[in-house]
Amino acid sequence: MSSESVGISIRNLGLAFGDNEVLRDISLDIAPGEFFAFLGPSGSGKSTLLRAVAGFGPRPSGQILIGGEDVVDLPPWKRNLGMVFQSYALWPHMTVRKNIAFGLEERRLPAAEIRRRVDEALELVGMTAFAGRRPSQLSGGQQQRVAIARTIVVEPKVLLLDEPLSNLDANLRIQMRRDIRALQQRLQLTTIFVTHDQEEANTTSDRMAVLNDGYLQQVGTPMELYDNPSNLFVARFLGTANILPGSIVEEDGRKVFVSDSGVTFPLDIEGEGQRSIVFRPQNASIHCGRVEADDAHIDLPGVIVHTEFLGSIVRYGVKVGNETLLLDLPHIQGEGLIAEGTEVTVLVARERILALAG
Amino acid sequence: MTKQRGPVFAGLLIALILLAFLVIPVVQVIYVAFQDPASGALTLVNFSDFFRSSLFQESFFNSFYVAAMSVVVATIIALPLAYFTSRFNFAGAAIIQTLGFIPLIMPPFVGAVAMLLLFGENGSVNLLLDEHLGFTIPFMEGLNGVIFVQSIHYFPFILINLSAALNNVDRSMEESAQNLGASGMRLFRRIVFPLAMPGYVAGAALVFLKVFDDLGTPLLLNVNTMLAPQAYLRISSIGISDPMGYVISVILVVFSLFALWTSMLALKGKDYSTLQKGGGGMLKRELRGGQKIAAYALILLILLLVLSPHIGLTLLSFGTVWSYSPLPDAYTLDHYRMVFGSAREYITNTLLYAGLAASFDVILATAIAYIVYRTGMKGRKWLDYIATASLAVPGVVLGIGYLRTYNDFNVPFLDKPMASWWVIIVVALTIRRLPYALRACVAALQQVSVMLEEAAQNLGATRSRTLWRVVVPLMSGGMIAGFVTSFATASVELSATIMLVSQESDAPLAFGIYEFMQSASGRGAGAALGMIAVVIVGLGTYFSHRVIERSHKLRTAERQIAEEVT
Repeated sequence: MSSESVGISIRNLGLAFGDNEVLRDISLDIAPGEFFAFLGPSGSGKSTLLRAVAGFGPRPSGQILIGGEDVVDLPPWKRNLGMVFQSYALWPHMTVRKNIAFGLEERRLPAAEIRRRVDEALELVGMTAFAGRRPSQLSGGQQQRVAIARTIVVEPKVLLLDEPLSNLDANLRIQMRRDIRALQQRLQLTTIFVTHDQEEANTTSDRMAVLNDGYLQQVGTPMELYDNPSNLFVARFLGTANILPGSIVEEDGRKVFVSDSGVTFPLDIEGEGQRSIVFRPQNASIHCGRVEADDAHIDLPGVIVHTEFLGSIVRYGVKVGNETLLLDLPHIQGEGLIAEGTEVTVLVARERILALAG
Repeated sequence: MTKQRGPVFAGLLIALILLAFLVIPVVQVIYVAFQDPASGALTLVNFSDFFRSSLFQESFFNSFYVAAMSVVVATIIALPLAYFTSRFNFAGAAIIQTLGFIPLIMPPFVGAVAMLLLFGENGSVNLLLDEHLGFTIPFMEGLNGVIFVQSIHYFPFILINLSAALNNVDRSMEESAQNLGASGMRLFRRIVFPLAMPGYVAGAALVFLKVFDDLGTPLLLNVNTMLAPQAYLRISSIGISDPMGYVISVILVVFSLFALWTSMLALKGKDYSTLQKGGGGMLKRELRGGQKIAAYALILLILLLVLSPHIGLTLLSFGTVWSYSPLPDAYTLDHYRMVFGSAREYITNTLLYAGLAASFDVILATAIAYIVYRTGMKGRKWLDYIATASLAVPGVVLGIGYLRTYNDFNVPFLDKPMASWWVIIVVALTIRRLPYALRACVAALQQVSVMLEEAAQNLGATRSRTLWRVVVPLMSGGMIAGFVTSFATASVELSATIMLVSQESDAPLAFGIYEFMQSASGRGAGAALGMIAVVIVGLGTYFSHRVIERSHKLRTAERQIAEEVT
């Protein structure tokens, strides 16, 4: 299986079901051989976008370039993109072998070659022993493997995975996502992976796109997106975020952040108006009593209102003004908990806070 | 489990009823078929006599041929319709779905004579063809007529099953094939049709069964060389001791069982319903201009064909003289005056019989459903199996069985054989329609969550109080639907009734139609009676549909609440 990896460019893509716009002006580029995730909550349009790439659903406006060729007007069966469906969509009236051979038969390949390639594909996903079975006789994970084999055996230009792990139990899911990633690396196949699970996206993908409400929110590597979300939606969607709503005002010639609940500290950023301070629970420290911050930190005075022991970390709820912030401290054997009701100061390094609009 | 004296008592009573009026009569028929008429010893001589007689050979072949050809013709009609409704978005789909009720609304024998007048050798269509184009088509000649009438009536069984099967194919099944390069007819042939096949086979087997067993249509079209008419004629002209009627009965039962078994096998072994959560049925496309016209033209043609028995019947019931002309000579209300006058008894008898039978059916069906699905009684499944098995017993066979079993059984106080008492007709109708009511009640019961019952019991309601206050009210939609379906179909039953009517004054509608249609002069009145039957059944079907729809809405509302809560 050796086809040249191709890149995908989506340009100003829009799509509507009747009057209901589900994708709005989406543009993004996927590099050849890249493992790319579409991440978003349900209803965000991520599956619709994947299906548009595959050629299903209403005709979108804009362009979908695959290896430089616009495929918007090609029917699904002429695109040569391999899609693995969420439900696997294995045909119950065919054996595993017949299922896998289907695409090759549609391409009118000689019987001997079909046989050879089906055998290879079965081998690749470790399902050789099950070739004669019907899909209903397989477990979920085995069906998944067959679905993948059926797709890659035709050597598609691109591999499209629509929530492929959502029907598997938790342990199997971790195993399968490693297997899928390993397979993708081996084949060097440009891959789009749709999921609503950020952990799945983080662990498998090179880069990902976060979608919400039909809009593309941000594109980047998992770490970039986690550390530098460009808006509040991305910050909230990718893990836990502490968000202090407030605004930037000028006071005595310098810029100051004033939270809605009255916490104030100097913050030198461009612009004025509504801003929210955002930082991750693990990017702060807790100090008992009142502590003054140096220039590199901001200080937030508060009271511990709840504690949750989670094993490797302890999660504290600290009430600052009207907001309850969540702070994670690593748990080290022998160290106790800070009691609820303790007055503390939360210190956050300035380089680890973001001031996002809204 | 607490003691269940009530259910056990009810279960035994039902078992007794099924035994007396279904099992024993049928076993009796089979037994007689294997009995030497002279000595009473067990023998195969009756069967070898049967297969040696050229008349019976021909009848056997004809029945088989007619049933098989009806399946073929019905498929030709149903396939394009099913394809259109499941593949395209267009208004015609609603019309096609309504077609599903045609065989319920009018049994084929009612329209058979009207079809003769429309499509027969000297019928309207052939007169017009001959006049304008110079040729005629033998639609109604001999066996053709039976095939034509039957397939027009029964194709909806294939249509409904096939459409349901097509709609149960998840769109990802099709999309994954497209993704792998398949499209058009190839996609349909390799993926869609195989997945819908079990539904088709189930429908086709039902059509085969209905046609193979039918007595009324061949009788009215005067085609006597088929199995069911032969059985009837032997018993009614030679007497109930003639073994041939029984041999034919055994053959009918065997074929019915085989057809039912095929249908069940097709649906059971391969549950191809692949609908997924969040998925949808097949991809629906818009029809383009030209395609739309062609589709509507085809549907219009089929619709005209399907409605032709109704059109013919209407014309016949209002017409004065209708022969050798495309339309009746003049129109009159005389036939209706006549049936509401002297022939009124047919109507009142029918309402009485069908009403009683449907009431018994619902009571029996509710009890059976409850016993089977809510108690741990031993052998409870057998109640369900036996009650359902009556589907495989043709009316002729049940009729012969009753005649044989209850002819020597005198009803106390009346001092006449039970087999010629009008109540036996009600019993026959009850047994014949029980499977329909049973399925409706089982479906209704299965939708009532056991948790609702447990909640009532937890709050102190006994088993029987729970049944009355929770289960029955929640099942009522299904029970009413079951009643109406049983009532409507019982009111036009002919094949068992025709054997059990012992005097004119006991006869129901279907028998009256049959009697009138025998003579050319009675056709008008027969058609008027037929129209009344159509109205009764039509209204019944409409109301049961409404009831089902309403309870369905209720249930969806409940489910939404449940989903919001969880």
